[in-house]
Amino acid sequence: MTGDAKLLRIEGLTKAYPGVKANDNVSFSIAPGEVHALLGENGAGKSTLVKMIYGLVKPDAGTMELNGAPFAPPEPRAARAAGVAMVFQHFSLFEALNVAENVALGMENPPPMRELSARIREISTTYGLPLDPARLVGDLSAGERQRVEIVRCLLQDPKLLIMDEPTSVLTPQEVEILFHTLRKLSAEGTAILYISHKLEEIRALCDGATILRGGKVVDSCTPREKTARELAEMMVGAEFKSADRAGRSLGEELLVVEGLSLPPMSQFGPSLKEVSLRLRAGEVLGIGGVAGNGQEELLATLSGERPSEPGTVRLMGEDISGLGPDPRRAKGVLAAPEERLGHAAVPAMSLTENALLTGTVRKSLAKKGFIDMGAARRFAEEVIAAFDVRTPGPHVAARALSGGNLQKYVIGREVLQEPRVLVVNQPTWGVDAAAAASIRQSLLDLAGRGAAVIVISQDLDELMEIADNFAALNEGRLSAPRPTEGLTIDEVGLMLGGAHGMQEAAL
Amino acid sequence: MTLGGIDIIALTAMLMTASTPVLLAATGELVAEKSGVLNLGVEGMMIMGAVGGFAVAVATGNPVLGFAAGALAGAALALLFAILTQVFLSNQVGTGLALTLFGLGLSALIGKSYEGIRPPATTKLDFGPLSELPVLGRVLFSHDWMVYLSLGLVAATWYVLNKTRVGLVLRAVGENHDAAHALGYRVIAVRIAALAFGGALAGLGGAYLSLVRVPQWTEGMTAGAGWIALAIVVFASWRAERVLIGAYLFGGITALQLQLQAAEYSIPVHLLSMAPYVITIVVLVILSAVHRHGVQAAPAALGKSFHASS
Repeated sequence: MTGDAKLLRIEGLTKAYPGVKANDNVSFSIAPGEVHALLGENGAGKSTLVKMIYGLVKPDAGTMELNGAPFAPPEPRAARAAGVAMVFQHFSLFEALNVAENVALGMENPPPMRELSARIREISTTYGLPLDPARLVGDLSAGERQRVEIVRCLLQDPKLLIMDEPTSVLTPQEVEILFHTLRKLSAEGTAILYISHKLEEIRALCDGATILRGGKVVDSCTPREKTARELAEMMVGAEFKSADRAGRSLGEELLVVEGLSLPPMSQFGPSLKEVSLRLRAGEVLGIGGVAGNGQEELLATLSGERPSEPGTVRLMGEDISGLGPDPRRAKGVLAAPEERLGHAAVPAMSLTENALLTGTVRKSLAKKGFIDMGAARRFAEEVIAAFDVRTPGPHVAARALSGGNLQKYVIGREVLQEPRVLVVNQPTWGVDAAAAASIRQSLLDLAGRGAAVIVISQDLDELMEIADNFAALNEGRLSAPRPTEGLTIDEVGLMLGGAHGMQEAAL
Repeated sequence: MTLGGIDIIALTAMLMTASTPVLLAATGELVAEKSGVLNLGVEGMMIMGAVGGFAVAVATGNPVLGFAAGALAGAALALLFAILTQVFLSNQVGTGLALTLFGLGLSALIGKSYEGIRPPATTKLDFGPLSELPVLGRVLFSHDWMVYLSLGLVAATWYVLNKTRVGLVLRAVGENHDAAHALGYRVIAVRIAALAFGGALAGLGGAYLSLVRVPQWTEGMTAGAGWIALAIVVFASWRAERVLIGAYLFGGITALQLQLQAAEYSIPVHLLSMAPYVITIVVLVILSAVHRHGVQAAPAALGKSFHASS
């Protein structure tokens, strides 16, 4: 793949934001038809780099060449016109519009709707991604939504396709279909710039890789020749150890959920259907599933945000279904939701005030209705110290923390309250590898002290690493839990609902 | 043709005139809200249009120039709102309320010297023999050109919003501004344009009040029409055709209650004056409740400030 003619050549690209150099003298190149991986931890500068290629961000210094000609797109339109297309990490789709309208919005000169619909059908079938142009995007599954994005790109005949974390919302089977499409595109000469954390995928798909750390290119390699561990260490720049799950024994049954059903919380949201689970002291139950299959809803009912029918949730035999979050906290049921800013923490409040929000009951941070600010600050400092939260102090507003640091804070805040049952959703989402490892270890240690932990996550490797039992959440239904030992990734994929009934068209 | 002392034909004919101000303002607000901005200053923009249009029409003796000035006055006030909310990211609800109070106060000041004057008459469109038709002639073909223009504007708004690329981009901006930005659309520019259009229509509606409907200038003459326009947009589920229904319903009941008052029914005047507001809202609430289980009606980004963070 090291042909002489390069499609895209990047020289010395630099972009600084106040207080941080997002990209520092980045150089690399991609050949036509090459699948090139961009590897790095969160904050390594991958997103800024592709935004510059796509014209969303202007570089401070450095040059780009596309097909030998200087390339400096002032806006995404120019990049699209030059043959650069991008599939976004957070989908850039409009739920209330239909597939064809969404596609039209991503094109420079879309044909009339009827013609466009016909072309969507044609292209999507050719590449094994069948789509109905008339359906509302809000009704589509995550995998189908991604197809909309990809088809939108393909309709413009891109020379370079940028994919930012495309598989984070897909089941293993859907990933296979996607890879099939990408290989076909690559064989036709389309270069693909592929951003992902998932090292095994990169090893399976990519021809070359550039590794970024702290905004700089630190290495490049051929992913097939490296192990996933070697790649991870190149990313982090250090060795790291995997979680220690030894030394736990399962105790009495703590939490029993039976026949739990819940109507949807939002218009396009899922409902919970007859969810049942049993959780014993010292157990870590991993719940996997593609985003939007009821994870938030499940957490909300277990935390007490959304009380459920009497008798559906019991803690040590006592019915707690009707209790709100604070009474549940008093009984030892704590939760850390997925959305850090706005759900787990109030962005504009200081860390001390955020500590008060969930810690008041168990940590006695209020006396006779008056807040004990001293105790709250001490508790916040305790969390900061124990979980290595990088911040000037507990007076700092939650929104000023980076995503990973705030995640450590909100998990630490719950863990240090010594819950009996802890429910966490996406505990290491957007957290770098070292911090993720310490969060996982803290959850395991908590279970080792006799608590029961439910970890809801889309990261299957994470669940395999720390969970004793694994259950899948699919369209609001929870599968029967199975021990993680001996569970293969194929079996997990089938538990997750396979390819959601999506079929690959005959190629 | 009379029924219970009320001339049905006159009533129906009056309905179209009575509805026009609210129809114009609601159509404008619909466009602004479709782009994701909640402008609560409709009342203020209407009354600025009323006084601006009146002043220019009196000064020039030309009602067409008056309407143009009304639209400009409304658009100018809307641009003030746009700069505050879109560029300086002020709170949309607070700014909108302030805009209404500002408009009411400023118009009272400007309008002081125009009280008690009659504006130049707005010409009726000549449909020739069509207006001689029994019943239909009076109901449909006896109005001034603004009535027909307002209907044309509603139809054009419907067409542009639903059938053209401009409309698609506008809806996309109102639906998910981050995604629209990522695709390279200028969220702020689209919103400012939508707000200006909304302000111009509100101003036209106001000018219609002072130049045709009343026709003279009195302080606070919009009397809540701007608020009704806002309510109509919401309960019409953000759809142009339902805005038309809502506005004509409001205008119809306004016309009816005036006739009932004239016919000296023994219903308290206050109840009658209240009726258009209450009945319009009740009917539209029922309509929107029926609609609730379908597609989400409100633009998803309505009222949210956009700031490009990258």
